[in-house]
Amino acid sequence: MNKFEIRNLNLHYGDFHALKNIKLDIGEHRITAFIGPSGCGKSTLLRTLDRMNDLNEDCRIEGKVLLDGEDIYSRKTDVDYLRRKVGMVFQKPSPFPMSVYDNVAYGPRTHGIRKKEKLNEIVEKALRDAAIWDELKDRLTNRATGLSGGQQQRLCIARALAVNPDVILMDEPTSALDPISTAKIEELMIKLKKDYTIITVTHNMQQARRISDKTAFFLSGQVIEYEDTEKLFESPSDKRTAEYISGVFG
Amino acid sequence: MTKIREKAMHAVFLFSACIAIFGVLMICIFLFAEGIPALREIGVFKFVFGKVWNPSADEYGVLPMILGSIYVTAGALVIGVPVGILTSVYLAMLCPVKLYRIIRPLIDILAGVPSVILGLFGITVVVPAVRSIFGGWGSSILAASVVLSIMILPTVISVAESSLRALPTSYFEGALALGATRERGAFSVMLPAASSGVAAAVVLGTGRAIGETMAVIMVAGNQSVMPSSIIKGVRTLTANIAIEMGYAAGLHRDALVATGVVLFVFILLLNLLFSALTRRRER
Repeated sequence: MNKFEIRNLNLHYGDFHALKNIKLDIGEHRITAFIGPSGCGKSTLLRTLDRMNDLNEDCRIEGKVLLDGEDIYSRKTDVDYLRRKVGMVFQKPSPFPMSVYDNVAYGPRTHGIRKKEKLNEIVEKALRDAAIWDELKDRLTNRATGLSGGQQQRLCIARALAVNPDVILMDEPTSALDPISTAKIEELMIKLKKDYTIITVTHNMQQARRISDKTAFFLSGQVIEYEDTEKLFESPSDKRTAEYISGVFG
Repeated sequence: MTKIREKAMHAVFLFSACIAIFGVLMICIFLFAEGIPALREIGVFKFVFGKVWNPSADEYGVLPMILGSIYVTAGALVIGVPVGILTSVYLAMLCPVKLYRIIRPLIDILAGVPSVILGLFGITVVVPAVRSIFGGWGSSILAASVVLSIMILPTVISVAESSLRALPTSYFEGALALGATRERGAFSVMLPAASSGVAAAVVLGTGRAIGETMAVIMVAGNQSVMPSSIIKGVRTLTANIAIEMGYAAGLHRDALVATGVVLFVFILLLNLLFSALTRRRER
């Protein structure tokens, strides 16, 4: 099953043609990794999937992005609802400057859940799913900005899970973290893929190789190669892919 | 050679900085030296809590003016702060870039309007409006509050906007990524996160309002009696000094300087509050 189908997607920032004719199918309950050098468009594409690019007024988009068969750029799309279904975790751990509990409860409260017991239940489940409940259960009222970087990032994952999305987009989720925290997040991502579709941007090719099912290699706004991860790293069919993964440029 | 030049330049910089400090110190010394004898002669308690200001009978109570300043300032805040904060949220987060390029310079122009011009606007527009809507003379606490609220808007907007812009964009994007509307993101995440900066904006606005003289004199009525209603006239501390200083002599003159001392104490307290708030923001 395809979760996303991207068709002839072109994106311009002012005069800059950032994404060129992208065609990509992204499968459900898998981890899909976007790799490529800086400025190749991989984060830009990720941000088109929950319409975060809407914030940028210079940004123009043509083509189609289908989520479960529905074009998310159609006029009748409810963007706030789309962002509930498609959660996002940013590169820099970015909890809100409020308590751990309020961070996780922010999404459900936004969507109208007020009952204390219901919120408690959602917060606990989200923190458990993000494998951070045991560390934080006695610190729910502490300020989230006082946690370690790795804890903050898992809290942000919990915060995203609490609105019950189908898809989680992760924009280099471990690039600001130490190796141990990184390993925890990778383990968590693998655990989460049975319930969620995960799309991650990464600079770290070992990481893409360790966790992803499919990998797309980007260069100058184009998808050069999109294959099963195993195949892409073992026997890339494009010369540029081979050069990038072997470290000739990057 | 270069070393000497560097030292000389250093001295020039230090001297420039000292001029400002010297100014503040001289003002403090002059104000307290001239004002305190009068306070002693009249009695601090009688001066600050006296309800009658009648220089020809040597009665010097500034309570009407203290209350006048407080009421007028409070009125300006009630109107100006909500408008200012909503505007800053709009400018920092919600407004399209094209519109921003129009609104921002207009607010800067408002900041540069001389207070006497605002006073003229008050006399020709606000005072008659108050008179025809609420009755009375028109020159009143309400009229002064309206004029002052316009005056403090640029201060409140600019300081609050810059404190909102200083926040990481990840707060706003994080809220949107959870399906929050822009408005909810702005009010439930950004504004609380910028609360100390916004409070600093309010304090700075308060300082401007309480210290304003010319615009207030033109629209407040200036009766030195206990204020009784927001559509009645009122005299502020600043107005008291500016109106009477020209012909005052002897104890009357010293009492006006002492009025300045009271005003100065208010400003100092606000400044302390402001620096406490900005220090909390830096942490």
